[in-house]
Amino acid sequence: MPKSLISIHDFTKDEILHILDVAAEFEKNKSQKILDGKVVACIFFEPSTRTRLSFETASNRLGARVIGFSDTGNTSITKGETLKDTIKMVSNYVDIIVMRHPLEGAARYASEVASVPVVNAGDGANQHPSQTLLDLYTIKQTQNRLTDLTINMVGDLKYGRTVHSLLQAMSHFSPNYIFTAPDELKMPVEYKSFLEEKGIKYTETSQLTEHIDNTDILYMTRVQQERFSDPIEYEKVKDIYRLDAKMLTNVRSNMKILHPLPRINEIATNVDDTPYAYYFKQAENGMYVRMAIIAYLLGYK
Amino acid sequence: MTKTEDNQLKVTAIKNGTVLDHIPADNLFKVIDILHLTQGNNQITIGSNLDSKSLGKKGIIKISERFFEDEEINKIALVAPQATINIIKNYAVVEKKVISIPEEVVGIVKCMNPMCVTNHQKIDTKFTTIVKGKETLLLCHYCEKATDLRNLKIISD
Repeated sequence: MPKSLISIHDFTKDEILHILDVAAEFEKNKSQKILDGKVVACIFFEPSTRTRLSFETASNRLGARVIGFSDTGNTSITKGETLKDTIKMVSNYVDIIVMRHPLEGAARYASEVASVPVVNAGDGANQHPSQTLLDLYTIKQTQNRLTDLTINMVGDLKYGRTVHSLLQAMSHFSPNYIFTAPDELKMPVEYKSFLEEKGIKYTETSQLTEHIDNTDILYMTRVQQERFSDPIEYEKVKDIYRLDAKMLTNVRSNMKILHPLPRINEIATNVDDTPYAYYFKQAENGMYVRMAIIAYLLGYK
Repeated sequence: MTKTEDNQLKVTAIKNGTVLDHIPADNLFKVIDILHLTQGNNQITIGSNLDSKSLGKKGIIKISERFFEDEEINKIALVAPQATINIIKNYAVVEKKVISIPEEVVGIVKCMNPMCVTNHQKIDTKFTTIVKGKETLLLCHYCEKATDLRNLKIISD
């Protein structure tokens, strides 16, 4: 079975650091046609803008061609084709598959069926490892290191897959965590006991302003409506945190604000022009990291 | 007359085969599903809701002329961890087996996550067993979510 990237656990600490180094190389030299003649499939069973466009751009910048679909509407899946058959067929055509699917575990299954590497571009609420790697890349870029940083995660810490994967990946680098969330959306016990086993410190609060001045990375998240079964529960918490430029007067000078995007109301637009806003650059970094992932899995870096 | 003898009278002795005893009464039919006992031609006697000192109500299954591999019999540990397995030859117990929860559970348990791909496509489920203190959890190989034994559903085909 070729090497795939399905979950952030699939990469060792050394592999993670290697991807970050390769991504830095691509950021310096944005177009390297090392995959000339290769074909990348981007198959998206669920809508996406940033992830799909950055994977496609990453492939193009490496000189590869891209085929695929961005929703299942005009594919054989509407005729009832199984995931297995779709993946078998696509893997006969291409050199690597990038896929997003609404079902959890779909990418793992695809990697077992495919004859080429599979990159998970999101499987429901489960994993989104390229997001985690670009978060790590951005943290390293802004702080010049990954070790001993104070990471303040804000918003939906219960359902947010990006914070869960980031928490696990950063645990290689002795972080100090602050979890800012309302009671309804607190960090699940399983992740807290994971940190306790590893001897990593964390503090919990429901007040955004409480620890904001002692933070190196402020990782904001959106409260995702689609994760709530009860609309009243969602209304209660949807606008609970709203970061405004006024709150940033006493923050550390090295502090940077990250957000996986799209943002709705959780970061006011007046934050965009402060030296702390880094979320758009973070999204750009996604492209270099995805170039690194594709090149690495195909054995070119 | 002791309790054990009483039970033996209620569920006929077999000449050769396997006796599964001390199955929690509520899980008796799950054991039958896991071992696919509804298929095949062996003579099977089943006792349910028998009195048991340790379990309150227990189930017992006697299968004639059938001997299980350890790997197969260990599957029932998920629903009957205290079950005793007696191998019978010529009406006598010739071997007692202790069961243990397997490290990997393939194709017998349903993942409790409704969004797991295994609940939507024809895929064999696969779990790694994690023992945390008193609790045993099954971690899904696909969706990476844990199913606890209280919510265990057996896939019966």
